[in-house]
Amino acid sequence: MKKSVILGALTVAGLSAGAAAAATLDDIKARGKLNCGVTTGLVGFAAPDANGEWQGFDVGVCRAVAAAVLGDPSAVEFVPTTGKTRFTALASGEIDMLARNTTWTLSRDVDLKNEFVGVNYYDGQGFMVPKGLGVSSAKELNGATVCIQTGTTTELNLADYFRANDMEYEPVPIETNAEAQQQYLAGACDVYTTDASGLAATRATFESPGDHVILPEIISKEPLGPLVRHGDQEWGDIVRWTLNALIAAEEFGLTSANVEELASNGTDKPEVNRILGVEGTLGEMLGLESDWAVNAIAAGGNYGELFEKHIGENTPVGLARGLNAQWQDGGLMYAPPFR
Amino acid sequence: MTTYTDPPKESFRLSMLLYDTRYRSLTIQVVALMGFMLLAAWLINNTIQNLAALGKPIEFGFFTEPASYDINQHLLEYDSRDTHLRASLIGLINTLIIAVMGCATATIVGVLVGILRLSKNWLVAKIMAVYVEMFRNVPVLLWIVLAMAILIESLPRPAAFRGDTPDATMKVFDSVAFTNRGFYIPEPLFSRSLGDIHLFGQSSLRMDVSLDFVAFLVVLIGSIYAARRVTARADKIQNATGLRPTTWHINTAIIILPTLALLVGLGFHLGYPELRGFNFQGGIHMRNSLIALWLSLSLYTAAFVAEIVRAGILAISHGQTEAAAALGLRPGRIMRLVVLPQALRVIVPPLISQYLNLTKNSSLAIAVGYMDITGTLGGITMNQTGRELECVLLLMLVYLSISLIISAIMNWYNNRVKLVER
Amino acid sequence: MTDHSYVRTEMLPEKAPPASEVGVIGWIRENLFSGWFNSILTILSLAFIYYILSALIPWTFQSVWNAGSLDECREIMRETWGETHGHACWAVINDRWLQLLYGFYPPYPAYPDATVADAPAEAWLPAYFRPNLTLILLFVALAPVLFGHLPRHLLIVSAIYPFLMPWLLWGGSVWVPVTIAFGFVILFGVIKYGQAVMGTLAAIIAAVGAALVWWLVLSGPVADGLYAVMPVGLPTVESREFGGFMLAVLLGVVAIGLSLPIGIVLALGRQSDLFIIKSLCVGFIETIRGVPLITLLFVASVLLNYFLPPGTDFDIIVRVMIMVTIFASAYNAEVIRGGLAALPKGQYEGADSLGLNYWQAQRLIIMPQALKISIPGIVSTFIGVFKDTTLVSIIGLLDPIGLSQGIRANQEWNGIYWELFAFIALLFFIFCFGMSRYSMWLERKLQTGHR
Repeated sequence: MKKSVILGALTVAGLSAGAAAAATLDDIKARGKLNCGVTTGLVGFAAPDANGEWQGFDVGVCRAVAAAVLGDPSAVEFVPTTGKTRFTALASGEIDMLARNTTWTLSRDVDLKNEFVGVNYYDGQGFMVPKGLGVSSAKELNGATVCIQTGTTTELNLADYFRANDMEYEPVPIETNAEAQQQYLAGACDVYTTDASGLAATRATFESPGDHVILPEIISKEPLGPLVRHGDQEWGDIVRWTLNALIAAEEFGLTSANVEELASNGTDKPEVNRILGVEGTLGEMLGLESDWAVNAIAAGGNYGELFEKHIGENTPVGLARGLNAQWQDGGLMYAPPFR
Repeated sequence: MTTYTDPPKESFRLSMLLYDTRYRSLTIQVVALMGFMLLAAWLINNTIQNLAALGKPIEFGFFTEPASYDINQHLLEYDSRDTHLRASLIGLINTLIIAVMGCATATIVGVLVGILRLSKNWLVAKIMAVYVEMFRNVPVLLWIVLAMAILIESLPRPAAFRGDTPDATMKVFDSVAFTNRGFYIPEPLFSRSLGDIHLFGQSSLRMDVSLDFVAFLVVLIGSIYAARRVTARADKIQNATGLRPTTWHINTAIIILPTLALLVGLGFHLGYPELRGFNFQGGIHMRNSLIALWLSLSLYTAAFVAEIVRAGILAISHGQTEAAAALGLRPGRIMRLVVLPQALRVIVPPLISQYLNLTKNSSLAIAVGYMDITGTLGGITMNQTGRELECVLLLMLVYLSISLIISAIMNWYNNRVKLVER
Repeated sequence: MTDHSYVRTEMLPEKAPPASEVGVIGWIRENLFSGWFNSILTILSLAFIYYILSALIPWTFQSVWNAGSLDECREIMRETWGETHGHACWAVINDRWLQLLYGFYPPYPAYPDATVADAPAEAWLPAYFRPNLTLILLFVALAPVLFGHLPRHLLIVSAIYPFLMPWLLWGGSVWVPVTIAFGFVILFGVIKYGQAVMGTLAAIIAAVGAALVWWLVLSGPVADGLYAVMPVGLPTVESREFGGFMLAVLLGVVAIGLSLPIGIVLALGRQSDLFIIKSLCVGFIETIRGVPLITLLFVASVLLNYFLPPGTDFDIIVRVMIMVTIFASAYNAEVIRGGLAALPKGQYEGADSLGLNYWQAQRLIIMPQALKISIPGIVSTFIGVFKDTTLVSIIGLLDPIGLSQGIRANQEWNGIYWELFAFIALLFFIFCFGMSRYSMWLERKLQTGHR
């Protein structure tokens, strides 16, 4: 009764309220839209453009999942979240999945009741300093002023690192990457520390990127990946295997350009056929259409294409594949078999 | 002839609860109370259900876990191995620092601007009007962010102080450095220090209290008390004989000499900041975030205070000043004895709410990375532990307590200066 | 008689006052240089003004208006002035001003993918017609409330507006607001005609009951049914697409609009003699006023879902509206309490002596006067709430400040700073300054004697 009073009051405001039941997939299908949590803005990973379209690497993952589930990569509602609101937005059912460069840690996985479905970017925390400072190793940073983004794991890593090396430092906590960049450029801090990908992306936008060096030390492991909430394994599986399909697609040479054609003609590789839905019933097992992976890959391309388009070496962000190369190329991207 | 009889005694009927004004108020109150309790029970019940569904019972155990993050400005000793409770305490102290500094500055600037707005100098009056309108009509969050940006962009970096022909130099006889990392000012040091006392052992509330500071405070308060006694005696003599003995030189001596003696005794000297390594070392470091927040909050609030002061002064009728002059009071005494006490009565109540506003606005410290209670308890601690319910409710409780304390103090003062109406 | 005369028979013509006492020079002497102290002040002020303007004017006017990115901007600056500092790059505003004003609200809701730059040929309404119309109608709806001399039937617009506004902004079936409005018709109808039959109190109880039944049980199916018969509606816009300055105005207007009735009730409760009611109201008002808005926004973003039944979930904009409304109610309650306290006691006694009961006295005597006194206070609460809506950027909503962060996270505009904030500050200044001037004018206009 009381619940409906509140709801009735809300309909006065002309709004509807949906319920976050356990069956996330059914909700999404009924709604016709995937609610995907992203950052409020991080170069290369997620940011709205002049038309209000979200672009970026994390955004690409959201679109792939939307394409797999609903067959339409544009059926996504992007919900900007901050470091503070991201987990509650997920827990409350406001978003169905979170693709917001979030580090997979035990406490976030277990204590905060999230389910990390995989890793879409292997990152690590690094340091950037101006060349003029004459520093070549993070071990020489004793007494330095360090800019950090708050609300992330970086400030914890930083405290641990300096403590372990018995060095002093002056932390300057900052809310957003853009502010941190401004402070660093103005010399209000000697060092900027964040994920190495973020450092590269930030450095790329400087007026003279050559004047800044990224120190060789990587002080932490930061596996970033999409996550869903505890309690709905089926939905977790869908997001996990969509991500795996993108990674496997690169391994098998399926691209946004050729995937439709290969799907209609079939190939001579059984595993590829299974991914494409030509053989087997993988889609059915997930509760999706048989062409789910085709849609996901066609949405923005395979993992490698997404990488190259948004953060790869030909973009201003200019990240090398490194750890994020396929396993055959010495990287860590390794999709389990589709069988 | 009429006789008065008592009206027939009515027996109580249920409908009287609604229609009889004697009982109706009771009915309404009981219904309201029940409604309120139902609402509260409903909310609490929902919360318990939701938390159970999430598997996150309410518990405050995380407060004794190590915080694992560093806080740059800490008045009490703190490092990343200290508990979340201590981190919150540091944050609370930082909130109080900014609130006290902000209120003091806002009052001074506000009074000044309020008076200058009434200046006969057209240009000055207009500049003050522009200042007031500019600050009142732009969100304080923007001012905070802008103040930070201005500090960062316009002041030299510490590296500029280096070398034989540096681009920037220290100011005020080489004792103060204005850098874009904050201001470095000399710190008071004592060569024959009395030492510290440690309170609360090793707990999260532990603190070191400098005995030098305590001694200084005790001596200062004692001297002021003595000086007031001298003034009171002078008043008494004036009331009895009409002649006031000159007391200012005695008062000055009473206040200054013991303090001076104490400082010499303790071996007072200043520690100057100097550039070593990446940063200035020594001295007191007032960080950018503190200064930006302090400047923007106090200038923003000062714009409101200025309007209050202006209204307060305008509210005192001219006749009061003239009457005081007719009594033979000199201008300084007219201001002190006649105008100010009356203007204060108009000024103080809105001033209290401005102080409260400033304290509450200090929670925007998060925008410039100043680690106040919102940044620690409501920021990093909440983020790292995922205990939103506990952290946010506690945060609200802290602010509520601060607000209530400020209101209580100010209301007490307000009652003291209030006109006694009959 | 001699023709010598020692007494002047005709007066000398008046001489013009010395040039230093009148005209421009006289004004300057009197207002700027009357004494050494004033002269010093004047000179200092002039130096200050020069210092500010000499930095600001070249930056503002020697600027780049057309560029696709910050790099292009810097390129143009280097070519034109040889350096990149001290010149504004307004191109970012040129590129993104619509976004800063309207957020992601679709310019043509019927064609969600259309942009202003390539407007669909079939779209016959101008871009952003719905939000603009909503704003214009707001003023139309407010006018008869504030100006007594306007024709009374304009009040119909004011009555319809609360139902029209959400429909215009969010779209959807027209029958939803219509059925909800019909609930109010039931409410007042039953009170009006039921009074004679069953007495005031019973009529009120019956009316509230009937209206609740209508809203909770019947209105939904009826609206659906009507929509099935007559599908009249507007294309839906999700509240996530709301943003920019429009979001700030919307939050401010909704908060003040909804908080006014709540504030009146709270103020009456606080003035009441009933101890429990009074304590509840005081507790509520002081708690809300004692905590910063940001903590209430934290409640909206992370806690509100805990307080509602499991499974309830509505979007963040509505949650923020709820909390901002609660916040504004507490402040409005205090403003209105001030208005009530300012009324002379004779008004209350006069109402009593006429034999009016509590509610009649409030409706006919007390409230009209108290509200009139409170209008300036309400307007300044509105300005305060409106400015405070910038805080929603801290919890990730895309108000102008939140959007500015998003814009700076784009590769094209990464590193831009002052221009965005200057533009946002200017927008807020124009709006708030206009409002405060208006409220001062209103205050003077509404002062009908008594002093």
